[in-house]
Amino acid sequence: MGKYVLRRIAYMAPTMFAISVVSFVIIQLPPGDYLTQLASGLRERGEPADQAYLDALSARYGLDEPMPVQYLQWMKGILFHGDFGMSFEWNQPVSALLADTLPFTIALTLGTLLFTWIVAFPIGIYSAVRQYSLGDYVATTVGFIGLAIPNFLLALVLVYLSRMLFGGSFVGVFSSEYAHAPWSVGRFLDLLSHLWIPVIVLGTAGTAGLIRILRANLLDELRRPYVVAGRARGMGERRLLIRYPLRIALNPFVSTIGWVLPMLVSGEVVVGTVLALPTTGPLLLGALRSQDMYLAGSIILIVSVLTVIGTLLSDLVLAWLDPRVRHQYR
Amino acid sequence: MTQPHLARHSASPWRLVWWRFRRHRLAMAGAVVLAVAYLVALFAEFVAPYSTEHQQVDHGGAPPQTVKVVDTSSGGWDWGLYVNGYTDHVDEETLEITYEVDHEQRIPLRFFAEGEPYKLFGLFETDRHLIGPADPDGPPVFFLGATVNGYDLFSRIVHGSRVSLTIGLVGVAASFLIGVVLGGISGYFGGWVDTAIQRLIEFFMSIPTLPLWLGLAAAVPTDWGPMQRYFTITVILSVIAWTDLARVVRGRFMALREEDFVTATALDGVGRPRLIFAHMLPSFTSHLIASATLAIPAMILAETALSFLGLGLRAPAVSWGTLLEEAQNFATLEAAPWLLLPGAAVVVIVLSFNFVGDGLRDAADPYKS
Repeated sequence: MGKYVLRRIAYMAPTMFAISVVSFVIIQLPPGDYLTQLASGLRERGEPADQAYLDALSARYGLDEPMPVQYLQWMKGILFHGDFGMSFEWNQPVSALLADTLPFTIALTLGTLLFTWIVAFPIGIYSAVRQYSLGDYVATTVGFIGLAIPNFLLALVLVYLSRMLFGGSFVGVFSSEYAHAPWSVGRFLDLLSHLWIPVIVLGTAGTAGLIRILRANLLDELRRPYVVAGRARGMGERRLLIRYPLRIALNPFVSTIGWVLPMLVSGEVVVGTVLALPTTGPLLLGALRSQDMYLAGSIILIVSVLTVIGTLLSDLVLAWLDPRVRHQYR
Repeated sequence: MTQPHLARHSASPWRLVWWRFRRHRLAMAGAVVLAVAYLVALFAEFVAPYSTEHQQVDHGGAPPQTVKVVDTSSGGWDWGLYVNGYTDHVDEETLEITYEVDHEQRIPLRFFAEGEPYKLFGLFETDRHLIGPADPDGPPVFFLGATVNGYDLFSRIVHGSRVSLTIGLVGVAASFLIGVVLGGISGYFGGWVDTAIQRLIEFFMSIPTLPLWLGLAAAVPTDWGPMQRYFTITVILSVIAWTDLARVVRGRFMALREEDFVTATALDGVGRPRLIFAHMLPSFTSHLIASATLAIPAMILAETALSFLGLGLRAPAVSWGTLLEEAQNFATLEAAPWLLLPGAAVVVIVLSFNFVGDGLRDAADPYKS
């Protein structure tokens, strides 16, 4: 196990490096550099550009240096000082903006992951055990549609319907009366009443995929000779299901974090924008539109790195649960 | 041996695939929907009553009109296609104009109606449209309602199908090329080449695609023309989408490498490229086609999402994604919910591709029991 952990972490290093390079390239892609944009931005607002300030920034991020040096400077700032650069649009350090939006983004993503599991687990089992029943057909159909609807469309439709049916605004995280209020039971309930839409919208595609996988895996297991043997010996159906086949069929629940997580993060960009959530998604989109490249590159970097770490954790849990996985890697 | 048996044993592999595919009812339905959709895209100028530039500013936000076959308002049965006209209503305070369907007014319709002249495929000049108002100078018709700026939504969806339906094909073709070459190399040679390519695939699979796509799309210069943009976006999408295909190809090569016929061909002195492309690849083409079909819907959804966010294609280019961009505002949506209809088109097409892909996957190996 220890060897497997080390090997897996060693594999992650080049991935992390590649992510950082890609993010840096994205920062460099648009024409012109950060300082000229900052200076022109200041001039537009009628503020004189402070040459000393600009020079200091130029030295700080090594903007006169060749590309690889700039990359190293940027990485050095992030790794040793937690300094991701400046956002010229917000006139704030990127790290401060990230600190504002990341916790909520992570909470939303993990919450959606939980929702995906809680919904997919019983439906997947039901679909496999009662194959070709009415419920199975309903689950399969809903699953197919869930995978086919673009999540922003689902968000638009849900908001439209909830406005028509219940009235009131479901956009954002808080209603206006609670927006700046201190925490209370009412504020928490208000938060929950706003969060169900993004959680459902983000979770639908993942849930649909997970149900299909769990159903297929469980069906494979249920046809194995050991299940027949158990049944022949008079083992109860419920016990027969839970004892072994379910345990094996559950593996994808852990391993799918690997593909559900990137999907959730991607979906969050769109859904966060449509529903005006204070997440990294709308921040990234705004940064890309106004070519606020340090902010954009840093968000892509940090979101990708977090996803890779999440995938790593899921792999480790899987190896811990299933000895076959750790033996494969030897 | 009976006749049907003989037919089955002497049929070519592709015929067997077709027979098996035909049994999958949803897949057949999907195939029919797709065939119709691509025909519509091909003859977009003819099918759509109006061109993409045809703007009726005085009808902005007009609701959809239902096509009716028979008019019973005058007591008798008056046959003939028609739609009801509109009455406009100006709000005293906001000066906002709202339209309502007026059941008194009648706008007759006809097939092969005279309308704006256009050149079909850039060759045949004509002014006939599949369906339109019988009187070309009379009031306009909006089967699926009008956009806020007064464009006919139905015509725009039809014209937008060109971009939305082809971007998946072009994108998958591009990622197919990368996927087959890299997956083939990975699966055939194995060893460190395989390890390197596998790491690359894992890298692409582990990062969230949309932020990366957005980052790359944002760097596309804004002054580029629609065609240039279209191809750049396709390339950006396929840069990441090839990984799934490469995995399928690699898995197949790994399995095939051990087969006797491959060893025999190699011992016969056939060179590697020929062995790979002339002997190994054809034996799993059907699997590849199935995987490619399943990859198309993801491309269509990606283009829609990018354009919806304003970083994909941009107006004046018309795609289902750019049309949905107008529906982003909830106030607009409340007044004109029909703006979501391009989304319905996306869902139908994506579902059809999924069904056809599933059917192809099941039929891909006709020799399996």
